[in-house]
Amino acid sequence: MKIEHVIQHLYLVLMAAFFTIVFGILFGILAYMFPKLRRYVIFVFDLFQTIPTLATLGLLMVIFGASPTTVIVGLTLYNLLPVVRNTMVGLIDVSPAIKEAAEGMGMPKLIKLIKVELPLAFPLIFAGMRISIVNSIGSAVMGFFVGGGGLGYVLYRGIRTMNFRFIAEGTLTLMAMAILVDVIMNYYEEKLTLKK
Amino acid sequence: MFDLDMWIRYLPRLINAIMTHFMYVIVSVSIGSIIAIVLAILLSRSKKMAKYLIPILGIFQTIPGIVFIGVLFIYIGMTPYTVIIALSIYAILPVLKNAYTGIINVDESLIEAGRGCGMNQWIILFRIELPMAINSIITGIRMSTIYTVSWAVLAAMIGQGGLGEFIYIGINSNMKQFIVMGSIPAALMAIGLGMLIDKLQTILTPRGLRRET
Repeated sequence: MKIEHVIQHLYLVLMAAFFTIVFGILFGILAYMFPKLRRYVIFVFDLFQTIPTLATLGLLMVIFGASPTTVIVGLTLYNLLPVVRNTMVGLIDVSPAIKEAAEGMGMPKLIKLIKVELPLAFPLIFAGMRISIVNSIGSAVMGFFVGGGGLGYVLYRGIRTMNFRFIAEGTLTLMAMAILVDVIMNYYEEKLTLKK
Repeated sequence: MFDLDMWIRYLPRLINAIMTHFMYVIVSVSIGSIIAIVLAILLSRSKKMAKYLIPILGIFQTIPGIVFIGVLFIYIGMTPYTVIIALSIYAILPVLKNAYTGIINVDESLIEAGRGCGMNQWIILFRIELPMAINSIITGIRMSTIYTVSWAVLAAMIGQGGLGEFIYIGINSNMKQFIVMGSIPAALMAIGLGMLIDKLQTILTPRGLRRET
C-alpha cells in the first residue's frame, strides 16, 4: 500500500462530500419550500441509495468513462439521501413561533431561510453530513472497478494475489478513516446540539 | 446502447445470473437474520455484554463487504460457500443492531404487565417483546437485503456468477451493453425487494401499532 492510494481515496471521498453537501442542502431546501415535492424528492434519492453501488457506477461509466469523475458522481448520488432528508426535516422542525417572529420582523422568505431557519436546522443537517461521509468512505472502495483508484485497488490486489497483508492494511486504513471522521464529526455535532 | 439482439442472445445466461444472484441474497439474508435475531435476544438478556459488544459491532460495520469476500476467498477458495458465508456475516450486523435496539426499547411497563398476567419469560419474549420490536427488526432486514444485493455483485470477482458477472465483463472489456444488462436487473432486484419488505412490514406490524405510521 502506498500513501498515494490513501490520498486518492480521500480525494474521492472529499470531492463527493462537497457535492453531496451542496446539492443535498439545495434539494432539502427545495423539498421544504414545496411540500408537494417532498414525497418525490425523498423517493428519488432513496432509489439512488437502493441501487447497488457497482451497478450505479457501471451505468455512470457508460456516460463518463473510466475515471475518478464517475466515482465522484456515483458517490454523490448514492449519499445524497441523509443530507436531503435531514435538511428537510430540520427546516420543518424549526419552531413555528420562531418562524412567525421572523415574519413579524418583516423578513422576506429568503432572508428568513438564511438567517433564521438554516442556522437552527444546522445541527441536524450536520448529522446528515456525518452519515453521508462515513458511508462514502466505505463505498468508495468500489470506485477502483471503474478507474477511480483509491484503497479499493489495494484490497483488490490483495485478494487477487492472495496477499493477506495487503487486505489487512487496506481494511485497517479504511476503518481508521471511517472511525476518525465519525468521532471528530460526532464531537462537533454534540457541541452544536448543546449550543442549541 | 440498447441492442435487442444481444439481449436475446444472452437472455438464458442473464436469467441464470439473476437466479444465482437472487439465491445468494435470499440465502445469506435468511441465515444472517436468524443468527442476528437469536444474538439480539441473547444480548438483550445480558446488557452488560451488550454494552461492550454493540460498539464493537458498529466498528465492524465500517468494513466493506469486499473484505469479507476477499478474506474468506483466501481461506475457503473459489466456492459459492465463500460468497454465502461472507454475505451472511455482512447481513448479520444491521439486523442485530436494529433487533437489539427494538427489544431494548420495549416499554418496561408492558413487560411488567405481562408478568402480572402470569406470562413466563418465553411467552413475554414471543408475545410482547418480539412483536413490539418487529418494526425495527424488519427495518434492519431491509437494510441487510439492500446491502447484500449490492455486495453480491462482487461474487463475480471470485468467479461465482451472479449479475456481477455481466457488470464485471462489461467494465473490464469496456462493453457497455454488458454493464447495462447486469446493472438494470441488479437495480430492479434491490428496488423490488425493498418494496416487498416494506409491504411485509405493514402486514407484520401488530394491529395495535399500525396507526402510528
